[in-house]
Amino acid sequence: MKKIFALLRKDILLEFRQQYSLYGILLYVASTVFVLYLAMGQPEDHVWNGLFWMIQLFICVNGVAKSFLQENRGRMLYYYSLAGAREFILSKLLFNTLLMALLSVLCWLLFSLLLGNPVRAGLRFLAISLFGGFGLSLVFTFLSAIAARAQQNAAMMAILGFPLVITQLLLLMKLSNTAFSQVLQNSLPQMVLLLAGLDAAVVVLALILFPFLWKD
Amino acid sequence: MRLSWWKILCIIQLLALAVAGFIGGVPAKPIINESIRNLYFHVSMWFAMMVLFTVALVNAIKYLRTGNLKYDVYAVEYTFSGIVFCILGLVTGMIWANYTWGKAWSNDPKQTGAAIALLIYLAYLVLRGSLTDIDKRARVSAVYNVFAFFMLIPTLWVIPRLLESLHPGGMGNPAFNTEDADVRMRIIFWPLAVPGWTLLGVWITTLRIRVKMLEEKKLQHA
Repeated sequence: MKKIFALLRKDILLEFRQQYSLYGILLYVASTVFVLYLAMGQPEDHVWNGLFWMIQLFICVNGVAKSFLQENRGRMLYYYSLAGAREFILSKLLFNTLLMALLSVLCWLLFSLLLGNPVRAGLRFLAISLFGGFGLSLVFTFLSAIAARAQQNAAMMAILGFPLVITQLLLLMKLSNTAFSQVLQNSLPQMVLLLAGLDAAVVVLALILFPFLWKD
Repeated sequence: MRLSWWKILCIIQLLALAVAGFIGGVPAKPIINESIRNLYFHVSMWFAMMVLFTVALVNAIKYLRTGNLKYDVYAVEYTFSGIVFCILGLVTGMIWANYTWGKAWSNDPKQTGAAIALLIYLAYLVLRGSLTDIDKRARVSAVYNVFAFFMLIPTLWVIPRLLESLHPGGMGNPAFNTEDADVRMRIIFWPLAVPGWTLLGVWITTLRIRVKMLEEKKLQHA
């Protein structure tokens, strides 16, 4: 437990020391949304929703991908001597979910600033986008661990990841559509449970499978 | 030529299916009419695919547990055959849909799910292609195989139950409605079509595995 927090602290510190990578990803969010605004103006509700989640997906791929790609061989060896595989992957998962939560909120703010804000139930939408960002970052953290082992790893992230998250994205879009009106659908808890189950499955699989990935 | 019992069984089942499937009685349903015979081919493809992918999963886990490269060859070849059956299932489904739904692809949740499954396993092949070290390739692709299989379960088994679709068997069963087929069809479908195509898939895979093993042996002695 202590090791997890130490590793997490190191990741956060690193992010603040090498500010270019954090600012880089923040700027990435801002410029993508801006380009989208120039292209689309202020779209209708369901288009807005679709765009929002696609942007979330791309932010996640770009923001999370570097978590393993930035670690070189020597440093991995150093971590190997310090902590176990499970602690390492858990700290990475935690860090990326925190990062993604920040990026999701920023993304929504920029969207409402530039593309208009059709959301009626603000709190619910915030919860859904945080929950969705959480799930996406879990999947992509583990995939970046796989992709880091392959050549051309940035392209590999997209090839491996997009088919795997389609289901999750479709569910999230359906879920967040409910935030555009005050009416509650009764299939809501079912979808939330399914997504939560999926997230739990990703964490468990990551814990079981990561030890095989990191020893060379 | 010496064939083991299950290969003979497979030949008999598929020959019997080719005869009984086309001349056997079928219920007269509106719209579907005689095209209901496609059940023997289209639905069996998915059963075969699921069995092949599950065998691949078991072999991937076995590889991770033992580190024996034999299981890696098994896993990749079973996945490969699974992909072939997935493509066949999609194609037979699209031909069927062309006549019953009006067009080959109508973005139905079940079509989407099948396409996602295909993409996921094609990505598996690309991942393997991008790794050059044999042990690393085996380990990384086994990890992805296990991860992908479990991520696929909600896509194929849970989502289709929740969403509305043109495809039969909306609520409850994910793929087909058991009441649509009558007894005449069921006695052909279960004992002939499903095991017949599955055994054919396994047969093809075992042949490919043997070829692969021989190639590797040749490389070792070269």
